[in-house]
Amino acid sequence: MDKHFKITSKNLNFFYGEFQALHDISLDFYERQVTALIGPSGCGKSTFLRCLNRMNDLIPRTRVEGKVMIEDQDMYASSLDVVMLRRRVGMVFQKPNPFPKSIYDNVAYGLIVNGIKDKTYVAWRVEESIKQAALWDEVKDRLHESALGLSGGQQQRLCIARALAIKPEVVLMDEPASALDPLATQKIEELIHNLKELYTIIIVTHNMQQAARVSDITAFFYIGKLIETGETDNIFTRPSLKQTEDYITGRFG
Amino acid sequence: MAAISGKYMKSGTARKQTDITAFTDPAQSISGSRRKKVFQALTFSLFRVAAIINGIALFIIVYFMVARGWRAITWTFLTQPPMDSMTKGGILPCIVGTLCLSVGAIITAMPVGIASAVYLNEYARPGSTLRLIRLGINNLAGVPSVVFGLFGLAFFVVILKMGVSIIAGALTLGAMSLPVIIGATEEALKAVPDTYREASLGLGATKWQTIWRVVLPSALPGILTGAILGISRAAGETAPIMFTGAVFFTPILPTSIFDEVMALPYHIYVLATAGTEIEATRHLQYGTALVLIALVLGMNLIAIIYRSRLRRRMQ
Repeated sequence: MDKHFKITSKNLNFFYGEFQALHDISLDFYERQVTALIGPSGCGKSTFLRCLNRMNDLIPRTRVEGKVMIEDQDMYASSLDVVMLRRRVGMVFQKPNPFPKSIYDNVAYGLIVNGIKDKTYVAWRVEESIKQAALWDEVKDRLHESALGLSGGQQQRLCIARALAIKPEVVLMDEPASALDPLATQKIEELIHNLKELYTIIIVTHNMQQAARVSDITAFFYIGKLIETGETDNIFTRPSLKQTEDYITGRFG
Repeated sequence: MAAISGKYMKSGTARKQTDITAFTDPAQSISGSRRKKVFQALTFSLFRVAAIINGIALFIIVYFMVARGWRAITWTFLTQPPMDSMTKGGILPCIVGTLCLSVGAIITAMPVGIASAVYLNEYARPGSTLRLIRLGINNLAGVPSVVFGLFGLAFFVVILKMGVSIIAGALTLGAMSLPVIIGATEEALKAVPDTYREASLGLGATKWQTIWRVVLPSALPGILTGAILGISRAAGETAPIMFTGAVFFTPILPTSIFDEVMALPYHIYVLATAGTEIEATRHLQYGTALVLIALVLGMNLIAIIYRSRLRRRMQ
């Protein structure tokens, strides 16, 4: 199958001060596919994910070498507007982090900060996004109540709706289900499966079964290096490296 | 650590034969733990006494003021200017004056203080400049209030030609409460989880939008309480306003911010040290002090109610 690359990273190195957290990562992400990044804690998969929308810029004394391209634009070029980049590459975080605002205002936030003033359009986008995140039936009667009153799983789906509202091209998910119970996790996984029709999704997960269930491509990271990548079915049934096999069969990590 | 405390607990409470054998000298270890217990009980009692003294201090002060001053509180006292060389009449100009100075201080100092704290906490890159600014602010908090009074006299009254006026007094009080406002605001900003900032920036918001729409609203209850507590503290001060905004006596109420006013703390000071009938006006002094305390506690109460309402709206 001939597919289009949405994001490509080339020889990416990343440093926290003197410490090199990522070594020479070259990895391409297919458009409208789910790519899972797996590996033991501290292997750099979250750091790598946060390089893909320049979220690491917020951490002082960090440094990036190499290239990350979105379509044919260099993410780290000085001419690039990082605000515009983050509008194209949305993010869902490990712990649900809705703002202390109403459900409606949470989803409308991204639209409003991006200068959309048309109230009917905002209302329509809010409803569409909450429906896309499979949350509409649970919240449609309480849109103007605080988002902090929702359960953890509902809050996380709200955060997904909030990310979808501004129609990003790519959605980064940093262990989106790790703080949730199995039922809520299942809902998030179903959601990811449906969302790949429209979005390119990159997900970091600690949960091997989750990676196997939701992703098309899997990339295995170990101490700051990309060890192996390939179609998820192949990685999980016929890994080409011993290290990968040891990890996915639970012999270490 | 857990293992050690586990052994200690057993020897102290259950005192089983098997556990005691774990020590080289069982008798000594038992008396040792008993001594520790007595010591612990003693220290905690001392701490409790300290806490109780602090807790009742406010009640003692208020009781003292009420007992000595309640006779002075009449309708005339609250609604009339002083009469007969301030030995009779009321303190209305002082109440109005103190209110004007406090509100003026809030209006001028809060924006500056909040802006400084936002800069220090959200924008400034850590480095020697930031350390220098922080050092300055921390030392500002230690400057005696009379020095602020002299600074206000030299800078606002003389150099900026404001004269002895509400605006000069309010600016001086404001300058004095700036370190408190900045400190409270920085604490409130630090308490806002970074995940809010990340979520907002991740949605394509600018840094300013993030601060204005997410960070500040979340921090607002803490900022307001801290700021009002700081200013109500300053509102009771005499030294900063005696050269800059308050006068010995004026029966008329202010009509502009360039008028001079009477103020409660200065009025107490005047009656108690420079009045014509110091002994005869004792009840007026205590009455004025009672009004001042009521005013300050009232401001604090408003701050606390406002904070809890904001918090509830966010839940």
